[in-house]
Amino acid sequence: MGLTITEKILLKHTKLKKIHPGEFIDARVDLCLGNDITAPLAIEEFEKSGAKKVFDRKKIALVPDHFAPAKDMASANQCKRLADFSRKYDIKHYFEVGQMGVEHALLPEIGLALPGDLIIGADSHTCTYGALGAFSTGVGSTDLAAAMVTGEVWLKVPESIKFIFRGKLNKWVGGKDLILHTIGDIGVDGARYMAMEFCGETIEKLPMEDRLTMCNMAIEAGAKNGIIAPDKITSQYIRSIKNKAKPGIGRVYSSDKNAKYRDVKEYDCRRIGPLVACPSLPSNVKPVKALRDVSIDQVVIGSCTNGRISDLRIAAKILKGKKIRSSVRLIVIPATQKIYLDAMREGLAKIFIDAGGVFSTPTCGPCLGGHMGILAQGERAVSTTNRNFVGRMGDPTSEVYLSNPAVAAASAIKGRIAHPEEVI
Amino acid sequence: MYKGKAFKFGDDINTDEIIPARYLNTTDKADLAKHCMEDADKGFAKKVRRGDIIAAGKNFGCGSSREHAPVSIKAAGVSCVIAENFARIFFRNCINIGLAIVESPEASKSVKTGDTLAVDIASGLVKNITRKETYRIEKYPHFMQRIIKAGGLMASIRKSSSKNKKKE
Repeated sequence: MGLTITEKILLKHTKLKKIHPGEFIDARVDLCLGNDITAPLAIEEFEKSGAKKVFDRKKIALVPDHFAPAKDMASANQCKRLADFSRKYDIKHYFEVGQMGVEHALLPEIGLALPGDLIIGADSHTCTYGALGAFSTGVGSTDLAAAMVTGEVWLKVPESIKFIFRGKLNKWVGGKDLILHTIGDIGVDGARYMAMEFCGETIEKLPMEDRLTMCNMAIEAGAKNGIIAPDKITSQYIRSIKNKAKPGIGRVYSSDKNAKYRDVKEYDCRRIGPLVACPSLPSNVKPVKALRDVSIDQVVIGSCTNGRISDLRIAAKILKGKKIRSSVRLIVIPATQKIYLDAMREGLAKIFIDAGGVFSTPTCGPCLGGHMGILAQGERAVSTTNRNFVGRMGDPTSEVYLSNPAVAAASAIKGRIAHPEEVI
Repeated sequence: MYKGKAFKFGDDINTDEIIPARYLNTTDKADLAKHCMEDADKGFAKKVRRGDIIAAGKNFGCGSSREHAPVSIKAAGVSCVIAENFARIFFRNCINIGLAIVESPEASKSVKTGDTLAVDIASGLVKNITRKETYRIEKYPHFMQRIIKAGGLMASIRKSSSKNKKKE
């Protein structure tokens, strides 16, 4: 029996000769990650363990991004614990404000996540790096602590579901819509404990940033990881990284033809239009056109899901020369410093500000109801982020609608959920 | 054996509901306990008594990886969480920190808020004392039992590293 790409990468990181789904393994990690919310708990556990050193100072990434730049004194203390720990143990990949960005946008951008890597992160959206052909999964703080001591993580080898996407993408449709369509189809637990493997002619042509968006939201279907086999687009992306944070171009794996899948799903992309996930689950997906009477108070464009330069370009294309509705707050947050600079250089920042929006320094901020755009009682937002749970962006009575950047920008102009065609 | 009153929740209870991000600027267990389950049941932290049990539907603990979620449940005094099944990061966090969790579709279906339950992991049964019913529990794989027996992941790696040292 052949192996899936997920099984091959896991096998390579164990001392075993073969593995099978359902088996428990101790696997070596190439990188482990924490942020200003999850790393403080991990640091406490690390210190309690009595460990004198970390397993490898070059294989740990600490990114204060959730409540950073620090939103209050308590958050400042949490960020400081990352800085202090990094200094004490000489952690190579610590990113202070000024270098930091939203972790899952930052790490691929600087080449810290490469094909064939096994990456764990104390953040559920760590599954993002599967877009590069890595096995990458979210874990808890104690897992991070244990990995910082031993360099290993315990995992259950997941079964895989293959998702085949065929047909040309419709206008204003991107990776966000493909993953929302998928989650809408299988549900928020449809891939619970499993690997989601995305493939097919549509994926083969899909730009890397859209692939990152798709794998980013694999967790919203309950998956352990999302993954796309590396190809030309992957190698072009990696080659284009300047001043890579670690050497090499990774190891390319792909699934065997006779690999075993729990299920195979096929989607015809010609039938997928721009989609919106309505409150309060990412699986509550409807076409934009069915939601035109939903008025909104805020639009957020950013996050590890859709805060990359291609996302900002799409939003700017819609907003160029236009004004947003006066009753709406538009908050645009480039996910990293590089994206911020590129957006300035390309004139995108000016387009957002001229339209009546704000353009902020990188942070996860509003996505998780942290800061920089919290919703008041009963308010409604369209957001390019990844979760629309009760109270996710602020008051428990507020509501979040998830969309791609084009729909978010169009909605800011209209003051209600709108299709890009309505404003362009 | 865990014995206490049940608090019943539905499907897909996510970690944002269990401990909203607005309280994540601390790792203090007592502070986190004060806001346990706040966006799913606002008064929960005040109502819950030491030893009580959460019973929920499918995919309990989905969403964010925040370990603060099981930490807040444990610190609020909850002795055990029963669900039809759990989201994977929440599940591993509970195993790693030593919060008792059991999967029991039967219990998930039948238990109501206020029922008095007795969970006996060793015998693989949940007893509903109020309704005089018994439900089966899914057994943990041996690999996880090892971590649970050691008292959590960090204790388990300490144990295995001291074993290795002895071998040397």
